[in-house]
Amino acid sequence: MKATARITAVAEAGRTRLVTLRSEPPLLVRRTGPRHAAGEVEVHLVGGAAGPLGGDRLRIEVTVGPGARLCVRTVAASLALPGPRWPERAGPRSPADTQSTLDIHATVAAGGSLRWLPEPLIAARGCDHVSRSLVDLESDASLTWREEVVCGRHGEDPGDASLHSTVRLGGRTLARQDLAVGPRACGWAGPAVLGGGRATGTLLVVDPLWTEKPPEAAVLGPGAARMPLAGGPAALAAAVGGDLREVRAALDRAFT
Amino acid sequence: MHPEAHTHPDPHAPLTAGARALRIGIGGPVGSGKTALVAALCRTLAADLRLAVVTNDIYTTEDADFLLRNGVLPADRIRAVETGCCPHTAIRDDISANLDACEDLEHDLGPLDLVLVESGGDNLTATFSKGLVDHQIFVVDVAGGDKVPRKGGPGVTTADLLVVNKTDLAPLVGADLSVMARDAAARRGDLPTVFLSLVEDPAATPVADWVRGLVKG
Amino acid sequence: MSTTLLLLADGRFPAGGHAHSGGLEAAVTAGRVRDLETLAAFLDGRLATAGLVAAAFAAAACRGGDTSTLDSEMDARTPSPALRKASRAQGRALLRAGRTLWTLSTVERELHHPVALGVVAAAAGLAPEEAALTAAYGTVTGPASAAVRLLGLDPYATHALVARLARDCDAVARRAARVATVDELPACSAPLLDIGAEAHASWEVRLFAS
Repeated sequence: MKATARITAVAEAGRTRLVTLRSEPPLLVRRTGPRHAAGEVEVHLVGGAAGPLGGDRLRIEVTVGPGARLCVRTVAASLALPGPRWPERAGPRSPADTQSTLDIHATVAAGGSLRWLPEPLIAARGCDHVSRSLVDLESDASLTWREEVVCGRHGEDPGDASLHSTVRLGGRTLARQDLAVGPRACGWAGPAVLGGGRATGTLLVVDPLWTEKPPEAAVLGPGAARMPLAGGPAALAAAVGGDLREVRAALDRAFT
Repeated sequence: MHPEAHTHPDPHAPLTAGARALRIGIGGPVGSGKTALVAALCRTLAADLRLAVVTNDIYTTEDADFLLRNGVLPADRIRAVETGCCPHTAIRDDISANLDACEDLEHDLGPLDLVLVESGGDNLTATFSKGLVDHQIFVVDVAGGDKVPRKGGPGVTTADLLVVNKTDLAPLVGADLSVMARDAAARRGDLPTVFLSLVEDPAATPVADWVRGLVKG
Repeated sequence: MSTTLLLLADGRFPAGGHAHSGGLEAAVTAGRVRDLETLAAFLDGRLATAGLVAAAFAAAACRGGDTSTLDSEMDARTPSPALRKASRAQGRALLRAGRTLWTLSTVERELHHPVALGVVAAAAGLAPEEAALTAAYGTVTGPASAAVRLLGLDPYATHALVARLARDCDAVARRAARVATVDELPACSAPLLDIGAEAHASWEVRLFAS
């Protein structure tokens, strides 16, 4: 399945208005907060089908205009699954036939704010999923960006999943992270990477108010830390845990 | 990034002796009293010399508090260097972390007269590299046995000053100071040896005098 | 094949490496690395993440990439301030050594270690893939040697682990040397290396600097 969703929020007279809300199955976008809001406008991605499935090409484009405030959530976890059985008569498969991809491109203009708080990606057995996020922030934009991965459903070994994320601030790279789990990733379950933890996540916060003084580094428990970044008013919280609840709890308290 | 460093034609040329503080290494076996000697020297010399300490010993906040409480040195004049369980490597074979610490102290505190580099407790074979320090003191104690000077080793044999420490304990451990003096002289030729008891001489007078002579000289 | 490569990759090269455990001291204290088996898994993960990143940056710097761009891209890939500090300390030590031995193309006093390694390797006349190999090899030998010191593991068995990684190390270096643009530079993250480094930096007493 190939689908693109598009969300554009602009500020008008001190309020945020959604000017584009484009859905395409299985990416269905629903406004869940007020249509015009003085504060933040909230939308949810409503899963139209289980997935992503092998072979899916999904794309989400988010644009936040100057001074606008948007929060994007999903109603449930994404479950990356292998694609349908490949018919032998169709000939040899290429990675494009079996891999699922999700490309997210977000831009936030000066004074704008985006909070990207989806539920986790669950890498089910046999999946082959690649997620790529590119966030472009004008200087003076705010961002909260959460990414979480759960390695397999209950009692299941995960398939291959990789998450690549890039956040640029004023055209300069602020944060680059690639995380890979699954049978093709070397050493991912070992003590240098996840140490047997089945869930991991990061929460990146960029806040222009931190220009003078970003939050200090802090150890948030045996598997979590908050780390101020080098390239701007930003900090990343990272957590590894036995399950999603542990990871979410650590990320939720990272900036409070 | 390092504005002061750029006043030199080549910002990365190592500071030559004279342009930087004198560096004196203090080495010796575990428990011989290196830290106590460093503390005594700081107390005695801090009034008339601008000094700082690099320690390769396992250094706790309690140690820092102890030194601060006893008026030895404020915490910002002491840098701890982690040696990765290889104390001799850090002062002899790969001196980079110690050089960085010495340079950072001078960079952060301004001109200094003296930097004392205390080694982590090691054995009789450990010595400082000439690339790190200008002079070195080797500390042994009478409780380690009066045979120590006879055993020699590069520390005892070649250090610029040998300190035989804790002489007040000699009668208790049955150490013969005259034997130690004779063996040290035989091993060291013209190089000086002093006997010290910080109980009887908390100012470490003979060692402090020797250090002062080097700084002024 | 070159003696210069061996010189630069030698654990006895005086560039401060002995004082860094590559995250191993933190992993040992947390109980994640206890024996040869867990050490082997640690080395696998470190080579595939920090090793590949370091190798790619060393190759890019050796090829003459702009050091200040590479240095800030390395910052962007190193969320942990403790790891940034450790990388810069090792970079500074390596530049100090390199400057004494060869004529470096940079006047920087401090760079991230992989960038410094590329600069020094170029000055020594090495090729980008050799710089990458030196970087990849260092990311496994550092923690392996620290494991011998911290856990008292059999040095022969520990070296056997490193020897078994030789093929992977070569592959990482080849892959790293093929990276052509800054945007392609890998950013493989190892969450527990970051988190462990922050915990390590908060301890009162450490035997290793990182």
